[in-house]
Amino acid sequence: MTEPMHVATGVLVIGSGAAGMYAAIEAAQAGAEVLLADRSLIGRGGATVMAQMTVAGALGSEMPDHWTHHLNDTLAAGRGLCDARLARLLCEEGPDAIRQMDAWGVGWARRDGRIAAAIAPGHDRPRCVYVDFLNTGPAVSKTLRTVVNRTSGIRKAGDLLIVDLLHRDGELAGAVALHVATGAPVIIAAKATVLATGGLTRLYRRNSASANMGGDGYALALRAGAPLVDMEFVQFFPIGHLAPRLIGMDPIMWDPFRYKLGGRLLNGLGEEFASHYGAREDGAYVLTRDLATYAICKEVEAGRGSPHGGAYLSFEHCSQAALRAAFGPVIDALAANAIDLTTMPVEVAPIAHYHMGGVVADARMETEIDGLLVAGEAVGGANGANRLSGNAVTEALVFGRRAGQSAAARAARIASPPDASAGPALELVSAPGRAAASNSAAMILALQSIMSDDVGPFRTEATLKRALVRIGELAGELGERPFGEGGPFDMRRIEWFDLRNMLLVARAVAEAALRRTESRGAHQREDFPGMLPEWRVNQMVRWRDGALALASAPPPALAPAMAAAQ
Amino acid sequence: MRATARLKIWRGRAPRDGHFESYDVPFEPGQSVLDGLRWIRANRDPTLAIRFSCINANACKECMMEVDGTTVYACTARLEPREMTVAPLSNKALVRDLVTAIAPPSERLRKP
Repeated sequence: MTEPMHVATGVLVIGSGAAGMYAAIEAAQAGAEVLLADRSLIGRGGATVMAQMTVAGALGSEMPDHWTHHLNDTLAAGRGLCDARLARLLCEEGPDAIRQMDAWGVGWARRDGRIAAAIAPGHDRPRCVYVDFLNTGPAVSKTLRTVVNRTSGIRKAGDLLIVDLLHRDGELAGAVALHVATGAPVIIAAKATVLATGGLTRLYRRNSASANMGGDGYALALRAGAPLVDMEFVQFFPIGHLAPRLIGMDPIMWDPFRYKLGGRLLNGLGEEFASHYGAREDGAYVLTRDLATYAICKEVEAGRGSPHGGAYLSFEHCSQAALRAAFGPVIDALAANAIDLTTMPVEVAPIAHYHMGGVVADARMETEIDGLLVAGEAVGGANGANRLSGNAVTEALVFGRRAGQSAAARAARIASPPDASAGPALELVSAPGRAAASNSAAMILALQSIMSDDVGPFRTEATLKRALVRIGELAGELGERPFGEGGPFDMRRIEWFDLRNMLLVARAVAEAALRRTESRGAHQREDFPGMLPEWRVNQMVRWRDGALALASAPPPALAPAMAAAQ
Repeated sequence: MRATARLKIWRGRAPRDGHFESYDVPFEPGQSVLDGLRWIRANRDPTLAIRFSCINANACKECMMEVDGTTVYACTARLEPREMTVAPLSNKALVRDLVTAIAPPSERLRKP
């Protein structure tokens, strides 16, 4: 067995998207010694860099606004299931985090000197800031990377794949990792650990995030004994790019086009169809994500889809000059892909985009396990059954900052982390190779097909049960010993650890979806249409004795005084 | 017969201890070189090491390699129905196959 490398730190941050980087900055500024770890490069992967859309916050820059209005919209979009304490934190502190990013030079688009705000679906007024052109996520990542680099007290370690969290008597002690670049095992002792690993979009065939978003944090938390919440609510972005083939572009790029230029959503017959589903479009971009996903899928099912099985999105009414004014160089990138929006529509279809569910946390971002904190998309509950446009980067910043503060406070409070056994995880990382293993890359594709076909935006008891059987078969194929022989960048071994997490998280999604016998927000049960009052509860998932245990509880509310003010 | 792209890919863990291996990939217009490499991993050889994160958006900048001697991002380089030579970056330390150490030294795990 290769001798493990030992690393010790005050605060371990796992994941270097916006939430992780903000947590690292905040913890270091509070005096903590920080190790910022990422399975890939620092500040390059994850969801943030792919967020080409907007960041919501009640700045009141375009018209008067107040965070309570943003909160009302967030709670309404959440279809009754938001953890109001987390939603409040997001909305109340969002403007400050957005202004801090402005001070750090992110470059929010401006109109007449003021930060420009777009109106996005589900918001009652213009509230969503952005960076031109299609540059919101990359600018946020780059800005935070720059601040991370100039903040003393942050050590960075890319190529570090966290395999398991270490804990003892309900207290976190650190983690065991696989150093991808060398294949060596690493033991990290940490007084506080922040999970900032993002969501689970990689479970689906068509998705809008990076290949490293396979639900790692959810699986790490489950195996360490922390509960997850709302796992059945996977958000599909309705108008992900489908055809013609487009390279070098983010598939969610049409969202900024819609909030700037409107655009027309048409079925395969060239007809507007949103009104058939109780929503009005009129060339404005007002349809919330769950409704738009529903309408497009139903048109395709009725045989009125576009040729590749989606809907048409048309900007043919826009002039070349208007397109260029709104999107500048992006128009040239489209031309390189032989797309001229003035003469042709593109095809779009729902694409896995975001996960509402996640690790249960309070407003300090503390979980049930002492010393385990969580930030960003990895947190469950703030967005209920459906997330409002623009809330994802806001929660990454706000929750990241809060988690960094809480982690630093704990690191200052305790003398050393508990002494926990690293044995089983260490053995997995150092395990000798397994002969005649399956193709790990093909297994990931198989799981993505199962999830897309049977645990997508529409589910029934039959599809969910079929999915659970097939997930079980894949778990059997995966087995208990890692693939590959180890060593530098052994992709089969990396994918074995990925599948170990992905299959556990896929089960949590499917089991929670099977148990919820109603339709609400992003969870649509075709055998149980309609929202039921008795299902206005969150489902919690725990890992106990090798099985998932589910329980329900009403969503946490605001303190009575605050609720009365709503 | 369907058109194919033949990717001649450098395999190995040390610069002096490697070789080129050729794979035929079904060609569809509009595909990227990264699409072809991912097809090979899922259908021919999962041991082929490549580094990528964002898949198609050219946002993560991780998939840098040399195609026919030119440094490109594999996600934006077009696959073509001919033989294409794919090699790791020649100015970075080799990790395995097409993966090189592209992170700045300050972002790598170091012995304490």
